[in-house]
Amino acid sequence: MASAATYTPIATQTLGSSASSVTFSSIPSTYTDLVLVANAGISTTGAILAVFNSDTGTNYSYTRVYGNGTAATSDRFTNQPAMDLGYFSTSLGNISITHFMNYSNTSTYKTTLTRWNTTSYTTAEVGLWRNTSAITTIVINGSFGYNLIAGSTFTLYGIAAA
Amino acid sequence: MSPILGIYASQISGHLVTNNYASIATVTVGSGGASSITFSSIPSTYTHLQIRAMARSTESGSTNTNAFFQFNGDTGSNYSEHQLAGDGSSASGSAGTSQVWAYTGLTTGNSSSANMYGAFIVDVLDYANGNKNKTIKTLSGNDQNGSGYVLFRSGAWYSTSAISSIVITPGGGSWQQYSSFALYGVK
Repeated sequence: MASAATYTPIATQTLGSSASSVTFSSIPSTYTDLVLVANAGISTTGAILAVFNSDTGTNYSYTRVYGNGTAATSDRFTNQPAMDLGYFSTSLGNISITHFMNYSNTSTYKTTLTRWNTTSYTTAEVGLWRNTSAITTIVINGSFGYNLIAGSTFTLYGIAAA
Repeated sequence: MSPILGIYASQISGHLVTNNYASIATVTVGSGGASSITFSSIPSTYTHLQIRAMARSTESGSTNTNAFFQFNGDTGSNYSEHQLAGDGSSASGSAGTSQVWAYTGLTTGNSSSANMYGAFIVDVLDYANGNKNKTIKTLSGNDQNGSGYVLFRSGAWYSTSAISSIVITPGGGSWQQYSSFALYGVK
């Protein structure tokens, strides 16, 4: 069996000032999965979203299960124009980890698995991008045009299988 | 760029050391499908294992197919699990005892729309330890734009043996082409 180190940072972006979006472009296809780690905030509490390969069509959907310390529930969003990365407040400290499974294969739609946490919720989420293209670009932005706040950090990792 | 520690995997380990996340083996299913996937001769040199997969079964009439794990060829009733699942409208929990396999991921089935695959990430903790029963945890789901599930699962294999092989079998049918299973070791 092969045994090689394989959890590699591709790029990190930390915002020195608020910005409308963060872009990871020219993502190499040499990995098997991608992992995006976000420690971020948003100018008005709400979702942070991601668009793949500039596709703003309604080709995204996601299903979530979450608990608030009292009860657990689930919801779903279909035919969305972007992928949900989680719910963020106006201060730093909310985190999100998204796994882009088999992101570079060109035979299947793309499935994501996300864990995100706030001071009020812990959540697991599965997402679907109905496109068989390899993901080469990820643009991250706030819902409703809200800005990502200064100090927000986004790191993209690649995992390569043997 | 230098190789680094696994952020996700590091949640199960307290130490961040370079080169501590390694690819062990990968299986991608070909056009003929596969009734099961086997990782054998797993070295005992890691502390934890992680299996990352994206898969779809040929299970007839189904849009949701479980992935079952068996360790070291043990087909006895030595497995159990708990789960928390969300179906898009409500959350539910369930458990199973004295199972003949460990329930892990939830993939798609033959009635799912074309190109839709489910995904799972399974951590097998302290797999080489000869003094503990084995515990696994799973993050998994499939979204099918109007249906599907997201779930957490935990499981146990009641054996103190080091895990040296893992068989991954769909709950029905076979694994379809393009299903992919990757095994990693975490130091």
